[in-house]
Amino acid sequence: MLVKMNTHLQGAEFLKAKTPGLAEPAGSKALGESAERSAKNNQAVVDQIRDWQEWREAAHRVKRHAVANLDKLLVEFERNISARGVTVLWAKDAEEANRLVIGIAKEHNVKSVVKSKTMVSEEMELNHALADEGIRAIETDLGEYLVQLAGQRPTHIVTPAMHLSAEDCGKLFAEKLGEPFTAEHRALTDIARRHLREEYLQAGMGISGVNFALADTGAIAVVENEGNAGLSTSAPPVHVALMGIEKVIPSIDYLPVFWNLLGRAATGQKLTTYTHLIHGPTPGRKLYVIILDNGRTNLIADPHTRNALGCIRCGACLNNCPVYRRVGGWAYGWVYPGPIGAIITPMLVGLDPAGKLPFASSLCGACAEVCPVKVDIAHELVHLRHRAVNEPSPARSIWERLMWKGWAFAMAGPVRYRLTMLGVRIGVRVAKFLPWHPLQLGAWTRGRELPKVPGPAFRQLWKEKR
Amino acid sequence: MIQLKRSSPPEWEYPKYERGEPVALFVPCYTDQFFPNAAAATAELLRRQDIPVVFPKEQTCCGQPAFNSGYWEEARKVVHHFCDTFEPYRWIVGPTGSCTAMCRVFFGHVDPDPRIVEIGRRVCELTEFLVNVLGVTDTGASYHRKVTLHNGCHTRRELGVVDPPMTLLKNVRGLEFCELPNVAECCGFGGTFSVKMPGTSLAMGRTKVENVVRSGADVLVSPDSSCLMHIGGILRRDPATRHIETKHIAEVLVANE
Repeated sequence: MLVKMNTHLQGAEFLKAKTPGLAEPAGSKALGESAERSAKNNQAVVDQIRDWQEWREAAHRVKRHAVANLDKLLVEFERNISARGVTVLWAKDAEEANRLVIGIAKEHNVKSVVKSKTMVSEEMELNHALADEGIRAIETDLGEYLVQLAGQRPTHIVTPAMHLSAEDCGKLFAEKLGEPFTAEHRALTDIARRHLREEYLQAGMGISGVNFALADTGAIAVVENEGNAGLSTSAPPVHVALMGIEKVIPSIDYLPVFWNLLGRAATGQKLTTYTHLIHGPTPGRKLYVIILDNGRTNLIADPHTRNALGCIRCGACLNNCPVYRRVGGWAYGWVYPGPIGAIITPMLVGLDPAGKLPFASSLCGACAEVCPVKVDIAHELVHLRHRAVNEPSPARSIWERLMWKGWAFAMAGPVRYRLTMLGVRIGVRVAKFLPWHPLQLGAWTRGRELPKVPGPAFRQLWKEKR
Repeated sequence: MIQLKRSSPPEWEYPKYERGEPVALFVPCYTDQFFPNAAAATAELLRRQDIPVVFPKEQTCCGQPAFNSGYWEEARKVVHHFCDTFEPYRWIVGPTGSCTAMCRVFFGHVDPDPRIVEIGRRVCELTEFLVNVLGVTDTGASYHRKVTLHNGCHTRRELGVVDPPMTLLKNVRGLEFCELPNVAECCGFGGTFSVKMPGTSLAMGRTKVENVVRSGADVLVSPDSSCLMHIGGILRRDPATRHIETKHIAEVLVANE
C-alpha cells in the first residue's frame, strides 16, 4: 500500500504542534528496515579503511577552516568561476533565490525545467514557486521523481523514497503514468528512464545542487549515481546550480578527502558512479550559480552549532539514528530530518517554531559516531535544548522551569534529598494501586512497569553497617 | 585527573592509583533509592581489592536530568553541590557510565570553571576503574547463569568504555555468555526522553527486548541501572519475558552462586 501523505506535514505549523509526530513511531516499516540495512552496509565499507578516523579528522579540519573563512573563500570562488563566463548571484533567503531562478527562466523563455537532486531547492520550495509562474519542474533523481509523482516530500536527504517499497513504486507508475504494474527493480527503472528522457530533451533549463564549490580553481563538484545530474546540467541550454554558503572548500586539493568519505558514509560506495567537476558553461550555453544563505549564518553566529555547517549531507546520521528509523523523515516537519535536521532546522527556520526538534533524541550519540566530518551532533543537540528552553520556542514552559527549579533545590542538600526521595518512594508504591497515571508517570507506565521499591536506600545500609 | 587522549572513539589517560588511596563511592540518586544492591556490590568489589572506600554522605545527584532537558541553570546548582561534596577525593568511582559521562564530559558545558571541570574529570565508571586503572580482569566471582550484556550509550560512546565490562564477565566462573544482537543500538531510555517521547522510547525498548530474548540469556547485565530500569520495566510488563532478570554488572561480579 502506498504511504499516504503524512497529515503531520504542514511545515512550520507542524513544528509548533503540541504533540509532534516525533513522540510516536510513525515511519513506514520499509523506511526503518532500509535505513538500518544501509547503516550496516555502509559500516562494512567504512571498516575496510583502516585510517577512517584520520580521514574524518582531516575533513573536519578542512570544513572548520572553510566555515571560519567563508567571507574570503566565497569571494575567491566567485572571482575564479566568473572569469570563465559563469554568472554568480547571491541570495539572502529562499524568496530572493526563487526570484532569481524565475528571473533567469523568464529571460531565457523557459517552459519546463529538469532538476537533479538539490536539498536547497526543497528549502526554497522551488517547484511550487516555478509552478506559480507556469513553469513545469520535473525531478530526475529516481527517488525524487517517485516522491514528486506521489505528491509527497522526501523522507530522507539521500534516498528520498526510502519509505516506498518496490510494490509501492509499481503501483505509483501504474496509477500516474499508466504503465503495467511491475515490482521488478530493473523494469521500474526502465519505466522511469523512458519517461525522463523526453523531459531532458524538452527542458529549457536544468537545475542542480552543488556538493562542493572549489575556491582556488573556481569550479563546482556534483556527485551522483544515476547520470541524471550529468544530463540535467548539460542537456538544456541553461544550467542553474544552487548552493548554500557552506559548500565552499579552499582548494581542489582537498576534494579527494571528501570523495573518499562521502560515498562510503552515504551509500556504502567507495566512490559515487559519476563525479562531475564543472568549471564553466559549454560554448553557447549559460551557467548560473546562486549562493544562498537562508539562515546558515545563524549556525555560524552560535559557536556551539558552527560545526554543523560542515555537514556534507551524506545521511549517515539518519540511517544510524534509532529515533529517525521509527518516526520517519516527515515527523521532523521540514526539509532536513534526523539528528542533523534537529540542529539545522531550528537554526534555519528559528527555535520558534522548531524548538522541539532537539528533544527528539535519546542522546545515544550513534549519529556523531558515524558522521564523516565529525559534527558533535549529540552535544550540539543538548546545547540547542538549553537554548530552546530559554528562548521563545514551543519547548519553553514555565511549569517545567518551576519543576526543575524545585528539583534543583531538592538536590542541593542531603536532607532535602532524603525527604524528596521519601516522597518519590511513597509515590511509586502508591502508583501501583492507581487505575490511571497522569502526565510523565502515565507516559512511563503506558508500556513499562515501575521499578520495585526496595527496603532501605543504600545510604541507610551504609550508615547501619558502620 | 583523567585526560582525553583521543576523541573518536574516546580514549583516556588515567593517573596512577597509589595503594591505600581512598576512593569515594559515587552512588547515583536512582541507584541509591531503587538499586541499593548495585551500590553495595560496588563497595564490596572495591573493598576486595583492598581499597579504602568512603561514602561522602552529602552526595545527591550529578545534575544530568536537568542538563539533558536543557535546564542548565538548575543543573549548575546541583553540579556545584556534587563538586563541593567530592572535592577532597582524588578518586571518585560509581556504578554508572551515564552519570560518569555527565561528570567527566559535560560538567564543563554547565560551568567552564576549571575547578568544576577538574573534579568532573576525576570520576570513573566502575568497570573502567577495575580494568583500565587497577588492571583487574578477574573478580573471583562465580555465577552459573546465561547472561548477556548491554552497555549504555554514554558508557559506550561518551566514555568509550566497551571492553572492560566484557573482560570482567568473561572471567566469571560458570557464566555462560550469550551474544546480544545489535548490541550497540540504544535501548531508548534517554532519561527524560523516555517520558517526553514515550511511544518512540518504547518502540526502541521493545526492539532491545526482542534482541535480549533472541540472545537466549536469562539475565541481562549492564553497567547502567538506568537502562535496566527501562528495559526491565518492559520485560516485566509482558508475561512472556517476565522471567528474564536484570542485574547491575557489579552484582554479578561479586556473586558466588
